[in-house]
Amino acid sequence: MSDSILKTIFGRLTFESFPIHEPILFGTFIVVSLLGLGIVGVVTRYRLWGYLWSEWFTSVDHKKVGIMYIILGIVMLLRGFADALMMRAQQAIAFGANEGYLPPHHYDQIFTAHGTIMIFFVAIPLVVGIINYVMPLQIGARDVAFPFLNNLSFWLTVAGAVLVMISLFVGEFARTGWLSYAPLAGLQYSPDTGVDYYLWALQIAGVGTTLSAINMVATVVKMRAPGMTMMKMPVFVWTALCSNVLAIAIFPALTAAFFLLMLDRYIGTAFFTNDLGGAPMMYWNMVWIWGHPEVYVLILPAFGMYSEITSTFSGKPLFGYSSMVYATVVITILSYLVWLHHFFTMGAGPSVNSFFGIATMVISIPTGAKVFNWLFTMYKGDVRFELPMMWVVAFMLTFVVGGMTGVLLAIPPADFVFHNSLFLVAHFHNTIIGGVVFGLFAAMVYWFPKAFGFKLDEFWGKVAFWGWVIGYWVAWTPIYIVGLMGEPRRVNHFDDPSIQPYFVIAAIGALIILVGILGFVMSILVGFLKREQLRDTTGDPWNGRTLEWSTSSPPPAYNFAITPVVHALDAWHDMKARGYERPRDGFRPVHMPRNTGTGVILSGLALALGFGMVWYMWWLAALSFAGLLAVAIGHTFNLNRDYFIPADEVSRTESQRQQLLLGAGA
Amino acid sequence: MTDHALDPRAASPTWHLAEQEDHDHGGGGATILGFWIYLMSDALIFASLFAMFGVVSTSYAGGPIPREIFDLKLVALNTALLLASSITFGEAMPHMEAGRVGQTRAWLAITGLLGLAFLGIELYEFGQLIAEGASPQRSAFLSAFFTLVGTHGAHVAVGLIWLTVMLIQLGQHGLSLPMKRRLICLSMFWHFLDIIWIGVFTFVYLYGVIR
Repeated sequence: MSDSILKTIFGRLTFESFPIHEPILFGTFIVVSLLGLGIVGVVTRYRLWGYLWSEWFTSVDHKKVGIMYIILGIVMLLRGFADALMMRAQQAIAFGANEGYLPPHHYDQIFTAHGTIMIFFVAIPLVVGIINYVMPLQIGARDVAFPFLNNLSFWLTVAGAVLVMISLFVGEFARTGWLSYAPLAGLQYSPDTGVDYYLWALQIAGVGTTLSAINMVATVVKMRAPGMTMMKMPVFVWTALCSNVLAIAIFPALTAAFFLLMLDRYIGTAFFTNDLGGAPMMYWNMVWIWGHPEVYVLILPAFGMYSEITSTFSGKPLFGYSSMVYATVVITILSYLVWLHHFFTMGAGPSVNSFFGIATMVISIPTGAKVFNWLFTMYKGDVRFELPMMWVVAFMLTFVVGGMTGVLLAIPPADFVFHNSLFLVAHFHNTIIGGVVFGLFAAMVYWFPKAFGFKLDEFWGKVAFWGWVIGYWVAWTPIYIVGLMGEPRRVNHFDDPSIQPYFVIAAIGALIILVGILGFVMSILVGFLKREQLRDTTGDPWNGRTLEWSTSSPPPAYNFAITPVVHALDAWHDMKARGYERPRDGFRPVHMPRNTGTGVILSGLALALGFGMVWYMWWLAALSFAGLLAVAIGHTFNLNRDYFIPADEVSRTESQRQQLLLGAGA
Repeated sequence: MTDHALDPRAASPTWHLAEQEDHDHGGGGATILGFWIYLMSDALIFASLFAMFGVVSTSYAGGPIPREIFDLKLVALNTALLLASSITFGEAMPHMEAGRVGQTRAWLAITGLLGLAFLGIELYEFGQLIAEGASPQRSAFLSAFFTLVGTHGAHVAVGLIWLTVMLIQLGQHGLSLPMKRRLICLSMFWHFLDIIWIGVFTFVYLYGVIR
């Protein structure tokens, strides 16, 4: 009797669901709890909850939402990287009689969590965050098209991340690899909570990403400053546009695939099962129709970041602007036509495999064009090798190798040998670290002074740079080699002791990357401590070329007191060159969106819904679903969504800026 | 803004424009565009479900086949109801443009009743099928059938909730600008569901029974 009551209340959650018997998890839990308590304590001690709630959590300002996305990405990077270190340590020692310290069921959760977190909760939040911050400033807009939706998108992503983090300490995470292939991820082979955590976390976060992409596209299309025609948009805006168009085109496929897998797991349908006519390979097709373009969703904005930085630090307009734009568009389209190269071994036949193999190789043409454009931008330029530019050079040297191994993998007969080998793993880390991550660091260093008003500390920034670049090569070159020798991925123990040195070297490389990560955190901390020395009063610390550098650092809430008019590509460079003068008067009240807590509440309910569904707590799921509907409908009844910043406040802010600029000039 | 102001060769170019009302926050145009894009993404969800259905549409696993279970007359009636609801929504829109709240609400209410009837018949059909043993768990074909048709039905249900909310809000605010914008979005949503249903009717039901 009491048993059935407990089951009704807690679903399948029992005391055994808490991993108190696993010392690694328990230790992690204690450390995380202490850290969490510490943060809560500090925030409470300094009475910051009200400030955080009203100025940040509920903010619809694209700049604050962007910064929150980036913080989420960095926090989750630490988690995802901890997973990486654990895997490297396991693979470095687990040879012959030594079983290592991670049993298979734990190791499998770690590699699944690592991939899932790094893509969905590190790369996406960082890319979306930087687009959020920079793009509206670059197009001369005051906000994004749908400010509330922006806040909601962020918090939905947080809800997904929190659900993944909960799985660390309550129950298990998936043991199925980062895309949870069927039929392994079906109920028959994965009966525990792992895949459910995975599915709900990613569905909730995926809604956020889709909404955010719609928001960004509408912003670029509808809110550019007068005079900024499509071919006068900064390249970063172009890449952000293409990336978000692509995201809108692919996320529905992932949502549908996950939805069908959920139905299989919850109500016993037969989509991806081995029996009753199910078609497991359909799941692979659908997730990769999302999955391959997704890497371009991530790397196109990175290409845009490199473009902005290269032209700024070479003191020249970007070489081949229009070819850059067309290359971006071509990549956007082609990326949709290559997904099957992830499973040439499915047996679709030579003609299908040839098509996808050739389409894959063709992508290297526009990508190569981009690399040459960056090189020619630097050629005969007045190149300043400051930190952002160093990241760009490291990217070009690293990424090109990843691109070439990609062409190797695109050859179907060769892929039959490389499939699921460590060579493949090394390839995509080469492109994602060397392409996306380096770009994100370049961008964070480059736009940090815009967001916070001071530059990052240069010494620790260089530690971060060298740590990542050297660490990457030390960690992944040996993995390329053992992969070429045929070592498969996702293995937690090896029999052949002759390959152990490679894994030891790889583990050392991971430690060097750790130095890089800590160096980046230090560059923020030390930069903050030395912020008076590193202060940027001009708003234009790098001699930039695009509109974001025309604002103060950090920009006022309304970004632009009076809408700028754009006459040329590199609008800010053009304004500086032709003796532009800031407006002194004639300011008008600025129309702004009002903050709202609805996004936080909706996401909290979505989190409760996910948790309830994972643990079969039907009452919780039903209640939170009803709550979601009620709050969402209730929100539509609130039409009081905007306010005006009075003209004299705008005028005061602008004259303070004028004083600051005069001070900087003198 | 004049051409002169945007001419890059002008001796003293205009660097600033006091804003037009629409520039700073995208305005209504951005909402309509954003909703269009959302509909396109939703269309891709349906495209995925159609693709899934296409792949397993003959995976009967020894269970019932379309010819045995589909009641075309019932589905034809349902199709007629949904198409009629699109027409009645179309009737509401000129009244909205002309600012006639009463007629707008009346046509919307008729639309909602037709949608409700559609949903009722669909649920009845599902109930019959499950009672006959043609449940979603029986075969991949039936899984895909119930999911595709059911997802469309769930959309109609959301549309009905939205429509009810609009009826209330029209009573509160009349045909203000935000209300008009929302009605335009809802009408796009409603017609979108109609188009999806035409695909469902053709490829699932008609094509199913002639196979």
